[in-house]
This record gives sequence, C-alpha cells and structure tokens, in this order.
Amino acid sequence: MPAIEVVLGGMILGGLYALVAIGFNLQFGMARIVNLAYGEFLMGAAFAAFWMFTLASINPLLGMLASVPVTFGANWLVYRVLMMPLVRRARTRQELEGETILATFGLLFVLRGLATLAFSADNRYYDYLGQPLQIFGFTFAANRVLAFAMACVFTAAILLVLNRTRFGTALRALAIDPVGAELVGIDVRALSGIAFAGGGALVAVAGTLVSTFLTFNPAIGIEFTMKALVVVIMGGIGNIGGSLVAGLLLGIAEALCSYYVDSGLTLAVAYALFLIVLVVRPRGLFGTA
Amino acid sequence: MTETSEDKRIRRKRAAAAVGALAMLVAMLAALPWLVSDYSLSLLLNLICYLVLTIAWALFSGTTRLVSLATSAFYGVGMYTVAMLIKVLPLYAAFAVAIGAGAVLALIVGVLTLRISGMFFVIFSFGLSEMMRELMVWWEINQTHTMGRYVYVDFSTTKIYEHMLGLGVLVFLVGWLLRRSRFGLALLVIGEDETVARQVGINVPFAKVAIFIVSAMFMTLSGALMAPRFGFINPNFAFNPLVSFQVVIMAILGGLQQLWGPVLGVIPLIVLSEQLQTEFPFWYSVFLGLVFMVIVYFLPRGLTGLLEDGWAALGRPLDLPRGFSGPLRDAWALLSRPISLPRGIAGAIEDRWIKIMPRLTEKR
Repeated sequence: MPAIEVVLGGMILGGLYALVAIGFNLQFGMARIVNLAYGEFLMGAAFAAFWMFTLASINPLLGMLASVPVTFGANWLVYRVLMMPLVRRARTRQELEGETILATFGLLFVLRGLATLAFSADNRYYDYLGQPLQIFGFTFAANRVLAFAMACVFTAAILLVLNRTRFGTALRALAIDPVGAELVGIDVRALSGIAFAGGGALVAVAGTLVSTFLTFNPAIGIEFTMKALVVVIMGGIGNIGGSLVAGLLLGIAEALCSYYVDSGLTLAVAYALFLIVLVVRPRGLFGTA
Repeated sequence: MTETSEDKRIRRKRAAAAVGALAMLVAMLAALPWLVSDYSLSLLLNLICYLVLTIAWALFSGTTRLVSLATSAFYGVGMYTVAMLIKVLPLYAAFAVAIGAGAVLALIVGVLTLRISGMFFVIFSFGLSEMMRELMVWWEINQTHTMGRYVYVDFSTTKIYEHMLGLGVLVFLVGWLLRRSRFGLALLVIGEDETVARQVGINVPFAKVAIFIVSAMFMTLSGALMAPRFGFINPNFAFNPLVSFQVVIMAILGGLQQLWGPVLGVIPLIVLSEQLQTEFPFWYSVFLGLVFMVIVYFLPRGLTGLLEDGWAALGRPLDLPRGFSGPLRDAWALLSRPISLPRGIAGAIEDRWIKIMPRLTEKR
C-alpha cells in the first residue's frame, strides 16, 4: 500500500510545517507583526547546526541548547529595536501590517545577503541519523522520524503553555483583542515582544530539524516563510490548533503531489490549497465570525 | 473662487509649455541611441525598463496602498511567453499573446484575492513569482523536455529601447489621466478607507481588480520587450525575485505622491546596481535591504517628500531668535554635558527612537 506510506511521509513533513507555522502565528497572530524575514532565522539555525556538527561534531539536538536561546534573543531585539517604532506610529492594524511587511522585506534581503557572504551560496548537507527505520512495516529515514517527534513535543509544549497557564491565557487574550487585554492589566508590549521572540525560538528548532534531513543553502528561508504564511491563513490568524491541522494538511498534500505528479511543485501545492480554502472558506478552515 | 479668462489663459500657456518640454525630453531620449555607446544604451534601456515597471507598480500600489510583491511574476510571464512563442509566432504577435497572458494571470489573482482582504493579496503576491517559476520548470522538464530557450530574433537593442520609451510615455500618460479621472479618485478613496469607499458607492472589488490588470499589463509588456535582449532565457532567470524587490524600493525611495516621484528612485538605484551588482552581488542585496529599511523608517514619503519639505523650508524666513551664535552655544552645552545612561545604551537608543519617530510620522 504505497498510498498510506506517502500519507505517513507527508504527515512527518506536515509536523514540521506545523511547527514553523505555529512560530509564525505567535509573531503574526499575537505580536501582530508580519515578519517576512521569519524564514531567514530558520536558515540561520540550520547553518548553526551544520557548522556545529561538521566542525565540532556536536549533536544537532544538543546544539539547539545554544542556537534556540540565541535566536530568541535576536528576535526579541528585532522586536524591540526594529518593530517597536512601527508599532508606535501605526494608527490601525492594517497600517502596521503594511509597514512591517515592508521593513521585514528589507530585513530579509539583508540577512540573506549576509548569510550568502558568510557561507557562500553552496548547497549544504550533513549526515545525521540517515539510516532507515521500520515503523509498522513502513520504512522511514530515522532523522525524519526524529524531526517529527521533536516537532510533536514542541507543539504539545506550546499548546500546554497556551491553554494551561496564566501566561498562556494572557497570550491568547492578546491574540483575540489587544485593547481589551491592556484594559485587564496585561502589559501588551512586553508580552508581544516575548511572543515575537518565542516565535523566533520555534523557527530555530524547526531550522535545526530541517538541517538534519534536507539540503539547504542561504536562499531556503523565503520558501518556509511563504508556507508558514499560507498555513497560518488557512488555519486562522492567532489560532494555534488551526495552524497544527493546516500544517499537517499541507505536508500530506505536498507528499501526495510529489509522489503522483512531481516533487518540484511544492509551492504550487501550497498555493493551490490556499486558493481552495480562500474560495470555499474565506475565513480560514476554523474561522467563525 | 471663479476662474477669470486671464487665469485660464495663463493656465493654458503653462500646460502648453509643460507638454512642449516633455515632448522635447522624449525626442531627446529617442535620439540617444545614435549618440551614445552600446554600454550607455544598455544602461539607459535598463533605466527606462525599471521606470515603466515602477510607475506601473505605483498605478496600483500607490493608489490602493496594497503592497504588491508580484512585479517579477508579470515581468517573467512576459519574458517567458515571448521566449516560448518566438519560434512559432511573429514577434509582435508574441508580444500580444504575452500581454494577454499577463492580463489573465492578473485577473485570476485579482478576482481570487483582492475581493477578500488586502493581507491575502500581499501573501499571494509574495509567492506568485516563485510559484510561476516552479510551474514553468515543471512544464519544461516534463512536457517539452527543455530547460531554457534561445531567443534569436532580429530586434536590435535600439529597437527595444525605442519601444520601451514608447511604453514609458504611455504609462506616464495613463498615470496622468488616472490622476485626473473619477476612477483615480475612487482608487485613492479605497486606499484611504475601504469602508468609506463602499459607502459612497464605489464598486471596490471591480476598481481594484481593474487597476491591478492595467498595471500588470504594463509589467508584462516590458518583460516581453526585454526578452529579445537576452539570447538565452530560463525560468530561473525570467522569474527573479530581485526585480520585485528593486521596484518596490525604487517606488518608495522616489515617493508616490507625485507622478514623477519614481524617476528619483530609479536613477540612483540603477546606477548603483550597475556598479555593485556585477562585482559584489551579495553586498548589493545587503545594501538594498539596508537602504530599504532606512526609507521605511526615516523617509516614509521618499525623496519627493524630502524635496517638498526642503522647498517649503526655503520659502520660510530663517528662524534664529538668538542670532547665529544661539545654535552654536546650544551645541557646546550639549557636548559639555556629562554622559549619563541611567538605563544603559539600549535605553538611550530607545529614547532616541521615541524622539525621532513621532516627528517624522506626523508630517505624513
């Protein structure tokens, strides 16, 4: 039964997309920043894992202990230094979205150019847990399974924090109504900074996981940003569970397409899925209002 | 205030002078291919091409305020359509098909995304070029078993230049007419407040899609015209995201309030890209990104805005209540103050931001 194997393979990829999209949703849905440079931090983390593994043979999972906090800090700085002025001067949410799109679009080219200067445009690859693994009679590469497992762990952790803690409740309030959140005593700006940085930390996790099983170069960031955008819109802005489901859906659709049609059409699949959702359910998969 | 016949006469004279000056400028530009070297001509062609793209971009994004990142998608569609059809169709027929293809693509994208929300449109335009590239690569590999096409056709750089110049005049004319029409006014209202636009009876989705198609047709045609300039074209070359990026920077650097604003953005960036892009392509990307961020933060109205402010400042009397030594004494007092950073360097930077930002934004 190849179809089941394809779907399972798609779910593994989808788990990763869900993780990337949840991070993006923290930045977009909660901090209200459309960060087009989001994927560049994924690329940065992938390179960090690559260099740590090839130069010092540090296990990528251990390497995350360094790269994730660094990316968290870097994103917090991006929010405080670069986004705060825009947040202050924007009068409406639309205006803020427009301005942040422009500013982070510039940031995208800066980060990508710097990465290309530092690491060259070559494709990179390293072998970590490449051996096959048998699960329920199907064969998968061990690093993909590990990536899926890690993505599940982090997604579950985020969902637990959001739904079971006071801090998470405040974050959800922020997603629903920033003005109301401020009225009940939530420090909206500080919390937005943390949500933005948290999104960055998640994308660093995703970047490390991606680097274990995909070839990458300084230009991969933009593709993940686009997919994250599509998934977030499909699942609903600010809706973390929606991102999870939509991410899995995208992974499966992509796997089916690359098996039955062509593996080079991943972005076309994402956009086709996006269009179908737009036409059938303009408010997103789980949209109410 | 009613207009006297005298005012009318002066206005007519001014208009005639402006039209005459513009016609002279165009005639001079049209004569240039016979006066300058091949290298200068290719630079000029590049300049006019980006001018067309930037003004076409401003037609849509300047009025509706929706940032379109899809320029390279239409530019690429024009270029690649010509590359694909050059062997089976005469050149002008290939141009016509290219325009049609660009218009259809714009119609589909516009109807599907502009109807719903600005955000969806931006997201879609962000990936459109990349998706078209993927689709074309897939089509070429699986259906035609080629990768890239040769465009050998008798259409010299001079001819391309003259056609592009004509297109430039046309896009200027369209922009000028748009600014004087009910339709242009409707678009400005949409850009200002969509709800109001709907309330006063503007057909918002129709207006947005219509101007998007017009703008896309100009972009497509400029891509189609450029195709004979390159002997070999593959999808990666045709659908280059840098084109979209440069166009947005040029438009915003120049400023969108005036029709001629983009000219001020296109010239410096084309000259710079000519200097930097071939020798330091990656530094060029970093540099463009930095310029872009500086514009977004400090020059929200572009160079045109800066010029307008400068012009206004020149018209004001000098304001020095304590004489010329006043500012000097202030500067000395500032310099001789001890440095104190109660909240550290980060705090000082933050205070600076607060001081700078509102002042710049108030003027918008």
